[in-house]
Amino acid sequence: MGWLAILIPLVVFVVLGFVATLLFGWLIPALGGDLHSWYAALLKAAFILLGFVMPLAGVLTWMERRQSAMMQDRLGPNRANVGPVRAFGLMHFVADALKMLFKEDFVPANANKLLFALGPVMAIAPVLITFAVVPWGSGVCAGHLTDRLTDGQLAQCLDTGGGRFQVVHLEIGLLFYFAIASLAVYGATLAGWASYNKWSLLGGLRASSQMMSYEVTMGLAILGAFLVYGSLEPATIVQAQGDSILHWGVVTQPLGFVLFFTAAIAETKRTPFDIPEGESEVIGYFVEYSGMRFGMFYLAEFMEVIFTSAIVATVFFGGWQIPGLHADGFVAGQMPHWLVCTLQFVAWAVKVFVLCWFQLMIRWTMPRFRPDQLMRLGWKQLLPASLANILITAGVVLALMPGAK
Amino acid sequence: MDLSTLITPGTLFFFMLAAVTLVSALGVALAPNILYSAFSLLGTLGGVAGLYLLLGADFVGIVQVLVYVGGILVLILFAVLLTNKLGELKLNNLSTGLMVGAPAAVALLALIVKGVTTTAWPLTEEATAPTTARLGDSFLREHLLPFELVSLVLLMALVGAMVIARRAAKEEGRSVPEESHDRLVG
Repeated sequence: MGWLAILIPLVVFVVLGFVATLLFGWLIPALGGDLHSWYAALLKAAFILLGFVMPLAGVLTWMERRQSAMMQDRLGPNRANVGPVRAFGLMHFVADALKMLFKEDFVPANANKLLFALGPVMAIAPVLITFAVVPWGSGVCAGHLTDRLTDGQLAQCLDTGGGRFQVVHLEIGLLFYFAIASLAVYGATLAGWASYNKWSLLGGLRASSQMMSYEVTMGLAILGAFLVYGSLEPATIVQAQGDSILHWGVVTQPLGFVLFFTAAIAETKRTPFDIPEGESEVIGYFVEYSGMRFGMFYLAEFMEVIFTSAIVATVFFGGWQIPGLHADGFVAGQMPHWLVCTLQFVAWAVKVFVLCWFQLMIRWTMPRFRPDQLMRLGWKQLLPASLANILITAGVVLALMPGAK
Repeated sequence: MDLSTLITPGTLFFFMLAAVTLVSALGVALAPNILYSAFSLLGTLGGVAGLYLLLGADFVGIVQVLVYVGGILVLILFAVLLTNKLGELKLNNLSTGLMVGAPAAVALLALIVKGVTTTAWPLTEEATAPTTARLGDSFLREHLLPFELVSLVLLMALVGAMVIARRAAKEEGRSVPEESHDRLVG
């Protein structure tokens, strides 16, 4: 049955990629819509969030429980039948969601009502916003779905006709992501303070100190990639990594990749970095939350996992690039445009999915750090290493590219 | 100037952002609880970032969010949360008193009014974003020396803060956490 676990996601991704290609390459232009307009951007956001991120976040909650069960030699959630269909217990995440929705929404007597309500929103909103800059495919050229486009034609079409598989094409791209992601600290801090509970306050303080510390490393670690690819814009970075694995970020920036991935996992506040929510000590900034308000923290955590995977895939694993695949197939003139579009979306989705799985595996392999070990790792090991990475990268870039201005 | 030229999407956004900035600035000054003051600062800093974006300064706007909202304000909150007993926050900006605050406020207002009235406000061509590459060039080429000097000042502040923190810890008779940990392990 193991092959089903690979086949099912793959089929889903192919369908999603095909739907995206049809929706933005045929349906919207056929209805007279403009791909540059605000409603096209809104549709793209709705597609990627409701079609990919939210369902995957739900499935990840179940995957995490199954994975933990496997590593602890248990079975894990495997029932939750829908009629005669069991599907490995996949429907558990629906049951979880229903349970959270119908649970009593309890607010502690002395809690600050307004800030208590604001906490989960501030935790989940930044993650949703940051998906705007992630490119999930090179984009579709409206009206040319069955043509065989060259790389140059596609690039020109995307520049003029819109249709990028990316909600916004921002020149400051990843800086926007860092700015918005830094707001996620407020969710934990607000929740921790507003709950009027010493454990949650401790958890909130721990969360904010941890997230602030690792944000620094995260920003510095990715600077090397900016130097190599000469842009802050994710789609441009993916384009610059090209169709050869040798140009991907993980080869040109191996140290940057390890540092960024580590710091990004620390940002998600999951084991081995779950100091803010250590079950055996402080429980966490969300200890007083119940029902869907807790569910929002929970969902935000898994969406952060997906987002971390998406950014790592974009900057270090070539995003939607497949080695050897050009806009017209592996050989010139081989594939129609719609097939390449679908394949690129599938490549991106598979990379994100595998990185999510990798994060789940780390989560259940490593023991938790002590707070002082966490701070020492962040400030004394990762930070100097990321500074060294920038220096070395800058030197190499200067030596290899004398024309760089 | 008639009203129809005044109400464009641009000016509408400007007034909205200005309202957010000013109302939350009032919140900072007048909130009954210093924690609310700190949270109101969120709106002020965010509103100013929005104004930067509206003016086409995309890099400055985003860095405003990154540094001030995501960094400095979190530190302020951190300090507020750590220095007071949970739920018993009585301190606020009003408790400093009118006698101290009023002269400072009047002086600042006079300075701003003078600045606004004496500046020529030249009009340039619009739509200046993206600005990232130009800012980088001007920081690391034309204004390299001032840029490095500013970073030196920041470094001095950092080292100074550490010296003060370590001395205070030693005077209180407790060892610095790092050393105690080493003794425990080694």
